Amino acid sequence: MDLDSLYQEIILDHYRSPHHAGLREPFGAEVHHVNPTCGDEVTLRVHLEGAPGSEIVTDVSYDAEGCSISQAAASVMADLVIGQPVVKALRTHEAFVELMHGRGKVEPDEEVLEDGIAFAGVAKFPARIKCALLSWMAFKDATAQVVSKEDS
Amino acid sequence: MEGLLPNLEVIRKDFPILERRLSGDLPLVYLDSANTSQKPQCVIDAMVDHLERHNANVARAMHQLGAESSAAFEEARDKVAAFLNAPSRDEVIFTKNASEGLNLVANTMAWAGPLEVSAGDRVVITEMEHHSNIVPWQLLTERKGAELRWFGLTDDGQLDLSNIEELITPQTKVVSLTWVSNMLGTVNPIAEIARRAHEVGAVVVVDASQAAPQLPVDVQAVDADFLAFTGHKVTGPTGIGVLWGKGELLGQLPPFLGGGEMIATVTMEKSTYAAIPHRFEAGTPPIVEAVGLGAAVDYLTEIGLDNIHRHEQAVTGYLLDGLATVGGVTVMGPLDPTMRGGAVSFEVDGVHPHDVAQTLDARGIAVRAGHHCAKPAHKRFGVQSSTRASSYLYTTLAEIDALIEGINYTKNYFKVK
Repeated sequence: MDLDSLYQEIILDHYRSPHHAGLREPFGAEVHHVNPTCGDEVTLRVHLEGAPGSEIVTDVSYDAEGCSISQAAASVMADLVIGQPVVKALRTHEAFVELMHGRGKVEPDEEVLEDGIAFAGVAKFPARIKCALLSWMAFKDATAQVVSKEDS
Repeated sequence: MEGLLPNLEVIRKDFPILERRLSGDLPLVYLDSANTSQKPQCVIDAMVDHLERHNANVARAMHQLGAESSAAFEEARDKVAAFLNAPSRDEVIFTKNASEGLNLVANTMAWAGPLEVSAGDRVVITEMEHHSNIVPWQLLTERKGAELRWFGLTDDGQLDLSNIEELITPQTKVVSLTWVSNMLGTVNPIAEIARRAHEVGAVVVVDASQAAPQLPVDVQAVDADFLAFTGHKVTGPTGIGVLWGKGELLGQLPPFLGGGEMIATVTMEKSTYAAIPHRFEAGTPPIVEAVGLGAAVDYLTEIGLDNIHRHEQAVTGYLLDGLATVGGVTVMGPLDPTMRGGAVSFEVDGVHPHDVAQTLDARGIAVRAGHHCAKPAHKRFGVQSSTRASSYLYTTLAEIDALIEGINYTKNYFKVK
């Protein structure tokens, strides 16, 4: 078990000083996701601006309680999606999910995932994949809620 | 050290998995026995022998193998009855696990009958229960419009019994509590609480999942009405648990699952039901698992539950002393090893329990991290999760040393003081 392949320095840096942490106004939707097996929790808000179909993620704010992997993932995720068009942010989400479910065999694209490539090692630790995905799933859920509110 | 099992090295040889080498050719240090215990060779052999030589369905096969299989299954019931000091073997119901045993009681109490819990009645549990002894009672009281109340906890992880008279009142129909906490390790005064519960006519349900592995369990001495435990924590296999109940009370409960084996006769209009224990054992039971459980309780009885209890207390005391030498470690639950079981939950300041467990695992040390299915108890102590080390009859002091060294290593790895 190579601990250093899991706990990359980038992950520990984000864990110690998470980016965009805390809950902010305004927001279009707020979700609360939990990992029932371990109890990790995240409350996450998403704010979108722009015309339907071409919205921009103007803010993602969160209050996360959990391990280094789940905390660092929230921080990296917020870095990656804030300021991006929703369509691109969701593509980044897909790339991250693919990396996590790749059993360590998916080569991450640094252009897309930036600091997120540090999580490549997590894919080899099945018990920790959910930790890394918790805030990403919350982001996807919250974004879908904002978009569906706009549609209705 | 006093209290340790004198033939520990011999006992360890009974458990083949303890020879396992893990990734990096590291020896296994298994400190997750409150989660599931390891299995001695005699349990494995009993199950293999049954499958290789005696396998057949029970109670419905008119052939030699059927008779052998039925005899082995029923012999397991005798062994469990002796293990619990049950007055009658017919009071031992085989279930899937302890959760099913507790759910059996909570579900059948919703239905019409002498033990029915109705609107306005009260069910009392405690804040240190495993989810399996919380959720079934929530379901029951929600369905019936009954009231769910619970004992709180003191800061040192004991039940707060100061309001026992207000909690256990004549409207109380059930008091259900754990004997030993799976998170805090606390050993609860079952007999004392049962006395109060019986004064008001309430039924006492005991979750003995953590008690059965490490204490002598005598259902008559503590005067429980129902008691559940699971096979896999007492060195037996998964897939089998036990619900013991006083015969007269089991007889008052309506049937739980319907099907084969639990009937006396069936017509298209109506059925009549078998006597206990079969009344509560619908369908083909976990036969080979029962055989394994029988071998397991025999194994524990041969070593002696008193001896196992002393060993656990000695190891737990050594563990608590060791944890006290590590800065930033906070233990939740009683600090006196004579007042607790062998599961010790703790926090390491600045390192999340997942990360503690992951770092220990990289050194071959298996512990549990999370809420241990006791979220309310964690909340009571203001934490979301914890790391839990739990020893058993095969645990050595050297393994505890490895754990303490591992925690110090973890603190260094995550650069906390």
